[in-house]
Amino acid sequence: MIAADKPVKPASLMTTNLVFISRSLRHSLRNTEALLMAIMLPVMLMLLFTYVFGGAIDSSGDYVNYVVPGIILLCAGFGSSSTAVDVSNDMTNGIIDRFRTMPIKSLSVVTGHVVASLARNLFATGVVFGVALLVGFRPNASFLEWVLAIAVITLFILTFTWLFAAIGLVAGSPAAASGYGFALLFLPYLSSAFVPTDTMPSWLQGVANHQPITPVIETIRGLLTGTPLNDSAWWAVGWCLLILAIAFLWSISSFRKKAGRR
Amino acid sequence: MKQSAIEISGLRKSFGKQTVLSGVDLTVPAGTVFALLGPNGAGKTTLINIMSTLVSPDEGKVNVGGYDVLTERDQVKQNISLTGQFAAVDEVLSAEENLRMIGRLSGLTAAQSRLRTMELLKAFDLVDAAKKRVKTFSGGMRRRLDLAISLVVSRPVIFLDEPTTGLDTISRRALWDIISQLARQGRTIFLTTQYLEEADQLADQIAVINGGRIVASGSAEQLKARVGGEVIELLNAHDEVIHTVPTTGSIQDISRTLNDLAHSVPPGTRVNIRRPSMDDVFVALTANKKEVLHV
Repeated sequence: MIAADKPVKPASLMTTNLVFISRSLRHSLRNTEALLMAIMLPVMLMLLFTYVFGGAIDSSGDYVNYVVPGIILLCAGFGSSSTAVDVSNDMTNGIIDRFRTMPIKSLSVVTGHVVASLARNLFATGVVFGVALLVGFRPNASFLEWVLAIAVITLFILTFTWLFAAIGLVAGSPAAASGYGFALLFLPYLSSAFVPTDTMPSWLQGVANHQPITPVIETIRGLLTGTPLNDSAWWAVGWCLLILAIAFLWSISSFRKKAGRR
Repeated sequence: MKQSAIEISGLRKSFGKQTVLSGVDLTVPAGTVFALLGPNGAGKTTLINIMSTLVSPDEGKVNVGGYDVLTERDQVKQNISLTGQFAAVDEVLSAEENLRMIGRLSGLTAAQSRLRTMELLKAFDLVDAAKKRVKTFSGGMRRRLDLAISLVVSRPVIFLDEPTTGLDTISRRALWDIISQLARQGRTIFLTTQYLEEADQLADQIAVINGGRIVASGSAEQLKARVGGEVIELLNAHDEVIHTVPTTGSIQDISRTLNDLAHSVPPGTRVNIRRPSMDDVFVALTANKKEVLHV
């Protein structure tokens, strides 16, 4: 029987978002390789930095406490970068035309990917914290400090995920999206993630001290291990909100511009 | 009251310097099958994209289901379903999940959506493959699922952009059956195709587009008549045409003609009655871009 029933009322924005979130979560769970990579890579990096480089950087054995916040951000950046590929995949597939010609807010397809990325990354962050505790990470944070640290990490993941979503929207192909995303992942290395910035040449210190990743790392480090916070928390939140707003608006405008073009 | 499902007048569209549509006028009566026939790059997909709100027209008026595609976008979307040139299916999900997702997005409840999915899986012979990921599907299965997805909820106007491109003969015929069935239910179907046979088989009305203009329109019969009526061909032993005589196609006319000819032709001459095919029409119409025929 091919005939359908009488016309129905279009789906609400809430339903649309939920449907797209569940779609993206399914995609994440079925792409086992990417999921495994998103968890394994940060764990390997942490082991690498703690056991291989750690001794040379700080022979007191305390390096693990220094490096964990950096690894967490690297993990979040890497995990959210796959959003660029997911979004670009959708944009280059015929399915986006179907979504766009339905009476729904079709940008929700991107929201779905963003929420799935957030879920994926928070899970991966949890695993990294678990492994970190096993290899000697000893945070001295209170409950409130933990909550704040997780809030900052969540904001950071959300910001970078929207940024990668925008990159996925403007990239010509999934491969290009992946390439652009990769470039951004160098940012944590040029910050205080792995070594204090005052060990860098002075011209590089200027870059490292004033790029968005450094205050975010200093904030998480301060909250979890009690290093001085100064004003880095404000800078961290400010940077994140600014980038988030730009990435979001950029996504909306490129999503509109891409209509009918694949 | 029979209204027009699609009304287009003076439609122009260019991308940068490249003019894709240069003044298209079209009317498709509700409940009919309309085929837009044209070679690659003629502007077929752009026209579909404009009618389905994906692309904005530069000039001209485009009404679909009684609504303007520019100013009443949302109402248009509630009246159409688009099956694009490339199967618009989610490859990571199963056939069943695809249908249920579109059901929910179309405003069905979870229960309605499940029910409708079962109906469509049966109707499109996909029950065995329901739980398999679409990535593993053959071209024909993918197209069937694609079409099933566009029928999850009832939309009065259905756009099919080259629905059978790349399919084998059996899948193509299966799809034709489904399209004819839809047509019998009173939907308006607008399809584009490069295959003349497809237009001939399915459509009530055909328009030929070439270089961004409609170069001819009418029924298959009318278009064929433009290129010339039926002829009786006489063939020699080497299958070469040695003589042609126009005919009305009636028994009386054919037998009279053959009687007249029987005495004057060499022994071994054979007879062939030829009607112009859609291929003749197509070649004739798209060969010269400047010429505009109105049937």
